Amino acid sequence: MALEMLSPALILLLAAVLIGLTRGHARTAVVLLAPLITLWAVWQVPDGVQGTVKFLSYQIEPVEGSPLRRLFATVFAIMVFVGGLYAYRLARWYELAAAFAYAAGAVGVCFAGDLITLFLYWELMALFSTVVVWCGGTAAARAAGIRYAIMHLLGGVVLKVGIEGVVVGTGSIQIQPMLAHDFSTWMILIGILINAAAPPVSAWLADAYPESSATGSVFLSAFTTKTAVLALILLFPGEPVLVGVGLFMVMYGIIYALLENDARRILAYSIVNQVGFMVCAVGIGTQMALNGAAAHAFAHIIYKALLFMSAGVVIYRTGKHKCSELGGLFRTMPLTTVCGIIGALAISSFPLTSGFTTKSMISQAAIDESLVVVYMLLTAASAGVFLHAGIKFPWFVFFQRDSGLRPKDAPWNMGLAMVLFAGLCILLGVYPELLYDLLPYPVEYVPYKAGKVLFYLQLLLFSGLAFFVLLPLMKRTQTISLDVDWLWRRAGMVLLRWVLRGLDALGAMFDRTRERARQFAGRMTARYLGQPHTADSQERAVFARSWATGTTALWIAVLLSIYVLLYYL
Amino acid sequence: MRNVDEQLHWLVRPATIRKLWIGFIAVLALVVLAEFVVPIKGYFSVDDWFGFGAVYGFASCLLMVLVAKALGVLLKRPDDYYSKADTLDEMAQSETGEHTDGA
Repeated sequence: MALEMLSPALILLLAAVLIGLTRGHARTAVVLLAPLITLWAVWQVPDGVQGTVKFLSYQIEPVEGSPLRRLFATVFAIMVFVGGLYAYRLARWYELAAAFAYAAGAVGVCFAGDLITLFLYWELMALFSTVVVWCGGTAAARAAGIRYAIMHLLGGVVLKVGIEGVVVGTGSIQIQPMLAHDFSTWMILIGILINAAAPPVSAWLADAYPESSATGSVFLSAFTTKTAVLALILLFPGEPVLVGVGLFMVMYGIIYALLENDARRILAYSIVNQVGFMVCAVGIGTQMALNGAAAHAFAHIIYKALLFMSAGVVIYRTGKHKCSELGGLFRTMPLTTVCGIIGALAISSFPLTSGFTTKSMISQAAIDESLVVVYMLLTAASAGVFLHAGIKFPWFVFFQRDSGLRPKDAPWNMGLAMVLFAGLCILLGVYPELLYDLLPYPVEYVPYKAGKVLFYLQLLLFSGLAFFVLLPLMKRTQTISLDVDWLWRRAGMVLLRWVLRGLDALGAMFDRTRERARQFAGRMTARYLGQPHTADSQERAVFARSWATGTTALWIAVLLSIYVLLYYL
Repeated sequence: MRNVDEQLHWLVRPATIRKLWIGFIAVLALVVLAEFVVPIKGYFSVDDWFGFGAVYGFASCLLMVLVAKALGVLLKRPDDYYSKADTLDEMAQSETGEHTDGA
């Protein structure tokens, strides 16, 4: 097999194995070098299909390059490197190995030239991300991991059904733009949207990610939802349904994050919110919108990982994750606070951060298409992001009241990882051309126009004012918020209990009836056959008595006569 | 009083917080007034008026917080809601308030 047909994903997969086989510095070298080699390999993949392999009767295309695919693979490789740097001293080897195999799945999807290859890497991600969730190590993490696995395996089955249908219908396993117009394409769309945490199953994300370890959630935040965005760009650009789905996700993320008390769960809900922007952009489907979706995914992976890193440091140092138990940490954790704030500003698309230069492309796409309602909702959502993630997260974790906690700041490797990503957030905000040059379509967009910057400053600063004015309404409560998963986590269980109780009642009724039938049969036996213990013929019932021989002979004669009669009739 | 103030981190002293508020309000006023110098181009007729960004940002946040608050009444549960009931009986009990004899 030719070398160019080997996906860069295999490097990470090999590294995952090596992490298990090596120890100490050798393992550190694998963790830090493999992502860099992957990054190099990603940029060696030329455009177009790199050869085919025949499998059954299908032409499998293990590697296909394009600017869009390289863009996603690039940010995934960078993510693995910085995530590895952040995690390698704290995470157990099997968590690192699982995270690398999970990332290999994501990179594999980037270069998958056909639906079958895509599906294989898709499942690889599902399996190893579940292991990463389990590495949280608590009973809650195990339970959440099982729910997570069920959801993703279900999503995989739905995707597979769709792929089979499309292959049977069109005879082609090519990855090419389609619209959801029949059963098979709908199944593919739904399978992908499950991974994007779209409604009605958004809950898996906020359920599972915050249960993973301080390091695990950094990896989890990056890959699954963003590969789903890539798959949507490749398969469903301009699918109108996605606009509505995306807008719903945007609002859902804000509302739930506002209600949430767990620091990492706030961030998890804001992933749904941010992916909503991208899904909406894919639905708009113009070159500007798709550029925006891709650029925003790139920037999002970096600032979201940065936010999860700062939350991870807090959890590692304090062991606490609820906003109601945290606060005032800026005193002893200045670096983590500053990096957290930079991530928070970037997610809020503050000017001079990567969020501003990428998310505003999506708004611009809505303007270009004269989608007034979409534009107004996205703008309101931008304000809402500043509210729920931009201020709420750093405020409740690092400021608000003094919790009395005086933890140490981040260990050097975690600090370095955060500084790298914080630097990238600002770099891409100040020099957006670095990212624009990598986008799939030519960019003529100018993010920094005085009027636009001023508009965003007004929008965001007055959201900030709203936050502090409405602070009394946002008192932290020790609560969670019910989601659609209540249906199977609780309602389904209660229903199951009722069914079990019904079956119990049915069983009891059956037992009673059987007992009654037995007693009835006993009484009949006693009446006609008599009690077994009575020897006296007078006490015996009618069939159990001794009869005179003559009577018997008479009965036999009668029976024979009847028989003869019947025979001749 | 002065001693208590000095024990606090400078950033959380009431005096500092007052200054931060004054500064913040000044910046807010500035970004609105700057619109006289730097005109903001509205894209549609609805967003083409003075101070739109400020009003829209504040109003949409107010609305979102109120909606969240209202939904919270319906959706919020104690954070041990899912973890405290291990058996089906306990779940049914916490849902319906009925009592079952642990058998």
